[in-house]
Amino acid sequence: MAVTDQQRLSYIASQAADARLAVELQTEEMTLNLGPQHPATHGTLRIVAKLDGEQVVKADVICGYMHRGYEKLTEVRTYPQINTLINRIDWLSSFANEVPFILAAEDLMEIEAPPRAQWIRTLLFELSRIANITLFIGEMGVQLGAITPVFFAFRDREYVLNLIEEATGGRFHPNFDRIGGLKDDLPKGWIAETKQAMDRIRGYCDELENLLMGNEIFEARTRGVGVIPADVGLSYGLSGANIRASGVDWDLRRDAPSPLAWKELDWKVWTHPDGDSFARYWVRLQETREATKMVDQLLDGLPSGPIQAKVPRIIKVPAGEAWAHTENPLGEMGYYVVSQGGLGPFRVKIRSASFHNISIVPWLLKGVYVPDIITILSSLYFILGDIDR
Amino acid sequence: MFAVEIPYWQLTILKTVIVLSIIPAAAVVLGYVFLLKMMAHMQSRMGPMEPGGFHGWFQLIGDGIKFIQKEDIIPGEADRRVFAMAPLVVLISTFLLYVVVPAGPRLVVQNLDVGIFYALAVSSLGVIGVLMAGWASANKFALLGSLRAAGQLIAYELPLVLAVVGVVIQANTMSLQGIVHAQADGAIFGLSWFGNPFILTQLVGFGIFLAAAQAELTQTPFDMPVAESELVAGYMTEYSGFRFLFFFMAEFGTAFALSAIAATLYFGGWYQPFFKTGIMADVMGPVVLGAKIMLIAFLIFWIRFTFPRFREDQLQAFAWKFLIPLSLINIMATAVFKVVL
Repeated sequence: MAVTDQQRLSYIASQAADARLAVELQTEEMTLNLGPQHPATHGTLRIVAKLDGEQVVKADVICGYMHRGYEKLTEVRTYPQINTLINRIDWLSSFANEVPFILAAEDLMEIEAPPRAQWIRTLLFELSRIANITLFIGEMGVQLGAITPVFFAFRDREYVLNLIEEATGGRFHPNFDRIGGLKDDLPKGWIAETKQAMDRIRGYCDELENLLMGNEIFEARTRGVGVIPADVGLSYGLSGANIRASGVDWDLRRDAPSPLAWKELDWKVWTHPDGDSFARYWVRLQETREATKMVDQLLDGLPSGPIQAKVPRIIKVPAGEAWAHTENPLGEMGYYVVSQGGLGPFRVKIRSASFHNISIVPWLLKGVYVPDIITILSSLYFILGDIDR
Repeated sequence: MFAVEIPYWQLTILKTVIVLSIIPAAAVVLGYVFLLKMMAHMQSRMGPMEPGGFHGWFQLIGDGIKFIQKEDIIPGEADRRVFAMAPLVVLISTFLLYVVVPAGPRLVVQNLDVGIFYALAVSSLGVIGVLMAGWASANKFALLGSLRAAGQLIAYELPLVLAVVGVVIQANTMSLQGIVHAQADGAIFGLSWFGNPFILTQLVGFGIFLAAAQAELTQTPFDMPVAESELVAGYMTEYSGFRFLFFFMAEFGTAFALSAIAATLYFGGWYQPFFKTGIMADVMGPVVLGAKIMLIAFLIFWIRFTFPRFREDQLQAFAWKFLIPLSLINIMATAVFKVVL
């Protein structure tokens, strides 16, 4: 692509402006390396920041330290084996990872799971959303220096994890979703327990709203920090609560066609006009509340019937291509499955939310102070497994 | 009266040994009671339960023994001598603080006429050690942390001093022993039984003192210098083993000392209304002072475990735009009442 004179001139002008600034202030840039081993990156994300005093001039995000090659591994595995594998992508809400992949496979096989299975899928999906975001709500506090909220988060998340374990057998990696339905039905007494746990989670949300979100220091640290305008966010491919916090009313649970039960529930998509770190926190807190309400409705309206459609014993997926995506806790997660008619797919493209969500970080970090790097990173809320697949 | 004549040098050595043993004891008590147990219970945890048998009381002592056994690591790029000296400088500043705090009518290492002035002066010595540590570590996180600490100390030394001025005006003396006596002999609204603890008249000053002391201790919400989520451990990043232990002891020792000064300034120090003079006052003094210290330390640590931290610019703005004007108003109000009443 040829560079026009206009672009060249504007580049020279910007360089000249930078040079003038550097001469006036007589400061030397310092390169600060955050990570891959650093407490704020909760995983192995690396950020190389050029600092002018405490201000970031330029920040580069380097990811891939935990790349596990899932897209390649899927090519040599059968569909049920892949289901186990993709549990590990976003490890805080594993069940939600399984659903879009299974939906894509069902789409290729032209199988539809029975309604009860779809409702239980939705139920577990929302439970894993709660398990994931409760941790964020507390963890944001620890990134900003308040150490107590994260312990409340771990305490109350445990109730949800116990529920998931009771229903699926796996606390973290359920591997419960099957092509054409689910592995098992819900255990006895589970519904009453879940209702109690939802009350607890709502209490937790109120507690954190008072303890952390209502704190003046928290507001001072997050309001106006890391503002993402809606158009910029969309151009970087942001999704989930990050884009809803910029005022974009977009939720795949409502907007995308899906066999899951979201359409039959009464719920609301929360948005916030500000687009700053506070807005992202606020939207996630409201979403957790909304998810508890959805779980209550799902429990009340759970249809009876089988939980598994008729599926051949050996799963062979006919040749074709399918794309399925859902609104995962971190944002849009999708699988593009290409099958050539074997036991396993020919190629799977995984669209994970965090990878796209952190792509905006270099743009966002320009000109912020060092403490705001942490605020912005934690408010974007990524899971390293979701970035590095 | 046990008017035993002890020769000067023996007495000095005795006093030094006592103060030197108070610092680790204070660090262990505060660390165990607040950092391990109170924080744990606030966060719906149990904290250590096994070491020592009873509620894990041995945990910190065991940690200390572990730290002493560890290898002494000095980074290759570090300025070795400055790096090694820095924790000692910080600890000395803590040590000097204890010299003027009275624990009874006669239980004071040195009753200086400018006691409170001296205490506030030596409390800021510690930042030299922090700057040394940050610079000598040859680590960018440490350097950023120590520079933040220096900036913070300059900003918060001022409200600390100005808050104390109110007490000094009311007590007519800068000697800490004199301030205790002023509270013991004072009266408020004609009630003189429990004296006049200055917390009743200097509530605003106490609040400012507490906030500024929190900043001096670099504790949340003013813990930007050691902000663990961004600067790893600030100026302490490269320290391990017994050098880290020194920093730890200095931190909690200073917290104890500043609580003691706050207790002396605002709660009447060692004074209790039952035994005003004599041997019983000396016996009860340390106990009463200790209880008051724990009360204030509870406030300090309660805030520490609850609040998020300020950003550096907000922290400076809070000191210069809010605390200092407020403390100036406090001084004016105190002076006006002093003249009028």
